[in-house]
Amino acid sequence: MRAMVYRGPYRIRVEEKPIPKIEHPNDAIVRVTRAAICGSDLHLYHGMMPDTRVGSTFGHEFIGVVHEVGPSVQNLAVGDRVMVPFNIYCGTCYFCAKGLYSNCHNVNPNATAVGGIYGYSHTCGGYDGGQAEYVRVPLADVGPSIIPDWLHEEDALMMTDALATGYFGAQLGDIVEGDTVVVFGAGPVGLFAAQSAWLMGAGRVIVIDHLDYRLEKAREFAFAETISFTDVNDIVLELKKQTDWLGADVIIDAVGAEADGNVIQHVSAAKLKLQGGSPVALNWAIDSARKGGTISVMGAYGPLFSAVKFGDAMNKGLTIRTNQAPAKRQWPRLLEHIQAGRLVPRDVITHRIPLEYVAEGYHLFSAKLDGCIKTVITTEP
Amino acid sequence: MPYIASEHTHPSSDELRARIPGWGADLDPADRPSVPRERSDLASGAHWVIPEQQPELRRRERSVEHGMLPPVFGTAQPLHGISGLIRGAAYKRFSEAQTAHWLLLILGDRVDVIGSRARSTVRGRPDNPIRETGVLSEIGRHPIGSRFGRGRADVKHSWLDPVIVLGPVSVLALVLVARRRR
Ligand SMILES: NC(=O)c1ccc[n+]([C@@H]2O[C@H](COP(=O)([O-])OP(=O)(O)OC[C@H]3O[C@@H](n4cnc5c(N)ncnc54)[C@H](O)[C@@H]3O)[C@@H](O)[C@H]2O)c1
Ligand SMILES: [Zn+2]
Ligand SMILES: [Zn+2]
Repeated sequence: MRAMVYRGPYRIRVEEKPIPKIEHPNDAIVRVTRAAICGSDLHLYHGMMPDTRVGSTFGHEFIGVVHEVGPSVQNLAVGDRVMVPFNIYCGTCYFCAKGLYSNCHNVNPNATAVGGIYGYSHTCGGYDGGQAEYVRVPLADVGPSIIPDWLHEEDALMMTDALATGYFGAQLGDIVEGDTVVVFGAGPVGLFAAQSAWLMGAGRVIVIDHLDYRLEKAREFAFAETISFTDVNDIVLELKKQTDWLGADVIIDAVGAEADGNVIQHVSAAKLKLQGGSPVALNWAIDSARKGGTISVMGAYGPLFSAVKFGDAMNKGLTIRTNQAPAKRQWPRLLEHIQAGRLVPRDVITHRIPLEYVAEGYHLFSAKLDGCIKTVITTEP
Repeated sequence: MPYIASEHTHPSSDELRARIPGWGADLDPADRPSVPRERSDLASGAHWVIPEQQPELRRRERSVEHGMLPPVFGTAQPLHGISGLIRGAAYKRFSEAQTAHWLLLILGDRVDVIGSRARSTVRGRPDNPIRETGVLSEIGRHPIGSRFGRGRADVKHSWLDPVIVLGPVSVLALVLVARRRR
């Protein structure tokens, strides 16, 4: 089969690989029809995630058709069209039993701090991902769901991560009616978080980024107010001015490890790997939240330490809530929102690229060329 | 304006409901699937207490913070060569709490890259930097217009991308390991 393969930081190519095999009785092999590139994939692509091995295939956002099932699989059959949440999880361990599906303890030998994720380095379990023609889907009775006939395939694809994560991020904010919600990052996750904040009754939603075309999208697609942090001297001060000098009730970090806006933080983290992640957006979040406010961190950070302004968080009595999103838990309600026309997730997709050109797809998304917001990889016409 | 106990200024809920599709659909926390975040009444589809054990056909490295090999794991790129020795040592000797664990893994990553480049060349499939970096996607995609004159913060340092990726962290890992040995 053809698969995207990592060759080192900023380098990938397409290679011929054997079709994955059933390795566990509850495995399925899925023939991928559509995959997407996530902002998280950029952290791998830039060499920021420890134990990213040459030869690995990325891709934790994908949909496809069941090609083969292991002997203990009961809930899926060959030929089913499925969407697969980006988390690999068992459903029954200490953490899964509490619904913490993204924190499963039974699927990742390499680390205990993070669960299993498709195509996300050995630190996340050593699984190959779905930017390929076929992918191994472990614990197939738990993760995948059959795609309802009425659902557009690209909407299904957005459910596997970006949409579910944005929606989850807004929920961790515990938004109450009238809250002022600030979202850092106008990538797919931030855009979906902004939309979700309205669903939960926000009174104002303000999105921050430095990419003008993404802020335009935030205004049109998510009805948000926007500020470019390069248009103002000090984004924290600007946000204080705009929130009656109090700060925002809820802040969502949808930026993560490669945050820009402070060259030292960015370079020490994203380029020199001396920090687990550049906490620029996180620090801005801490400083622009109101006292007693809540910060929901959806942006991903690596396992090393980061220079976070923790004193301000402590003195302000902030609640900081975090997690990888348990994607599938969000699906029943998200399907209702999509069916009712309240959300049209595929509207964030800007580029569709055949697997053979996956390297170009990554570069385009990484360098933010040509108005790129979300790139879909197609493995069949 | 004095600081008084009143709400933030914001448009009225009626105004928002009229302007924004779906506004307030999830006002009631009962409609939010992750509130509360921890719930024990969910049906996951699992029909096991513990998943069956996946056979360990090759020795599988694992974090020392795991009491046993978890029942399900990836087998995508087994440890091999010098990078395998480095990564293996990171897993065997240091918990996830130790900086040396992660710096050794990053060092292993860089060694892996160098080794793989060499192997690929010997096997007659040398790396092609032009294709692999995807720079060809610049053509026709507004490389100048996308980057300059529009307030992008990253143009200040993006020239560093190719230069820096390989460097300094490897040195640091070595220093840290040497210090622990003493
Ligand atoms: N928690 C989860 O389950 C989960 C799931 C998916 C993605 N993520 C993470 O969420 C983050 C966003 O993902 P995405 O796909 O939207 O990525 P993306 O790269 O498309 O978007 C990130 C955006 O942040 C902007 N940005 C950079 N520095 C900023 C700053 N200081 N302030 C405000 N904006 C800034 C960038 O310009 C970009 O538009 C990533 O870190 C990703 O790893 C987490
Ligand atoms: Zn993702
Ligand atoms: Zn589990």
